[in-house]
Amino acid sequence: MTPTPDLTARATGPVPVGSVPGHRAGSSSRAGQPGGPATVGRPVLEAPDIGRALTRIAHEILERNKGAGDLCLLGIPSRGVPLAYRLGALIAQVEGSTVPVGALDVTMYRDDLRLRPARALEHTELPPEGVDGRTVVLVDDVLFSGRTIRAALDALGDLGRPRSVQLAVLVDRGHRELPIRADYVGKNLPTSMTERVHVLLEERDGRDAVTVEKTTAATPAAAARTGADDE
Amino acid sequence: MNRHLLSGADLSHADALLVLDTAEELAQLADRPIKKLPTLRGRTVVNLFFEDSTRTRISFEAAAKRLSADVINFSAKGSSVSKGESLKDTALTLEAMGADAVVVRHHASGAPHRLAHSGWIRGSVVNAGDGTHEHPTQALLDAFTMRRRLNGDRPLGTDLTGRRVTIVGDVLHSRVARSNVLLLHTLGAEVTLVAPPTLLPVGIDAWPCTTSYDLDGELAKSDVVMMLRVQRERMTTEGGGFFPSAREYSRRYGLDRRRVAVLPDHAIVMHPGPMNRGMEIAAEVADSARSTIVEQVTNGVSVRMAVLYLLLSGSTEITEVTA
Repeated sequence: MTPTPDLTARATGPVPVGSVPGHRAGSSSRAGQPGGPATVGRPVLEAPDIGRALTRIAHEILERNKGAGDLCLLGIPSRGVPLAYRLGALIAQVEGSTVPVGALDVTMYRDDLRLRPARALEHTELPPEGVDGRTVVLVDDVLFSGRTIRAALDALGDLGRPRSVQLAVLVDRGHRELPIRADYVGKNLPTSMTERVHVLLEERDGRDAVTVEKTTAATPAAAARTGADDE
Repeated sequence: MNRHLLSGADLSHADALLVLDTAEELAQLADRPIKKLPTLRGRTVVNLFFEDSTRTRISFEAAAKRLSADVINFSAKGSSVSKGESLKDTALTLEAMGADAVVVRHHASGAPHRLAHSGWIRGSVVNAGDGTHEHPTQALLDAFTMRRRLNGDRPLGTDLTGRRVTIVGDVLHSRVARSNVLLLHTLGAEVTLVAPPTLLPVGIDAWPCTTSYDLDGELAKSDVVMMLRVQRERMTTEGGGFFPSAREYSRRYGLDRRRVAVLPDHAIVMHPGPMNRGMEIAAEVADSARSTIVEQVTNGVSVRMAVLYLLLSGSTEITEVTA
């Protein structure tokens, strides 16, 4: 097995914490950040595709769990959090009742802490209902080696005892290094190890898009060391 | 951020905010059923205390344990130090045992610096108070407490720009005052040191703060009043004769109800502890809603967790962005 590629290195710097709740799909103003960042790499999903994928996932979550009764959506910072809030809003539209949504930072549970510089923590926010006895749906943008999700499962275990845990991701790019799979996938995206997947979201980046970038990095570990990988 | 934390001046503005923001997230841990994180599993933190301390040592111990580090407590009493072992030999022993971090308190100013820069040990050194020099984690927890009280419930990313902090008491012998002046200046606060002329150190003009001999003149414009511990023995001739009597000190520099009434409504009262009730601070002030004395102890654990995490978890230099 190769050295761990990083799973949640975030390319765009510190998150303005606290700005995420309240955002809905497409509701944030683009004023002040005209055009958002330049596109990097080949576009794979555009805004309407992401919207359709999330709508389908919302329905699949409801179908699988027979309603929204005991659900709790937890986004993994940074980009899993706005996705979780969008899914929550979509589920609320369908069911007519709100679903608890929160954020789960996994930084302190990562297995690569000793290999990389210390990093700032993201915000963990549990819904007041807690996770005990609920069906928790973890939400992240990209599923890659699976190590972030392993860390998330450990973090969740310290917060309570969910009845079950499911996983929803916008993009599954393959190359798993652990026995982990997603229950809900927006798009399966076969990639090579030298490629980087960038997920842009309105709430953070000013627009919605998923792109794949070719890199010259020989190994994903090298890419991870540059701190630029986006999964 | 450096590999060691020896002085309040070791932290840049970005580093200081990183520590405070990290501590803010870690403070949430206190509300969770499992108050422990696996982050420093397998790391060893040595608490090397050549001087008596309750809250600082316990605070560092709790911080390290909540991060799952192994903690070795070493106090000079009852150790080979009382048989005359030198700092160097003690350090070499700790190195041989594989200490990843050494938290050191020493009666000699500069001992942590010596420990960090003599090549005796490879681990990180955290100054937990050296002589009359510095106590940087106390300054961090004080800044953290001020930020929480003055900047609202979610103070992430904010500093203390424009806040007026008045530090009162034995500045001459206070490592807390020195570290606070340096750190609070970095964070944008305006610090005024208030003390009798005998208790202000030589060369204080070079510190990034103002000084005054008159407490009453400073109160009305203070957002924070921090009282320092005053040791009674300092008023005797053998103790230096720094002030004539406890009663006179208390009259001129003690924080009582009358003085608190002059403070702005939002102002807070701090004390690093241990305090002399009735001497530098009146009991009713220490127990009032403005007082943050108990909060400071709680916040100390969060801040020290943040420091240990940031010094120990990474492989190389700390960056303030999530890269």
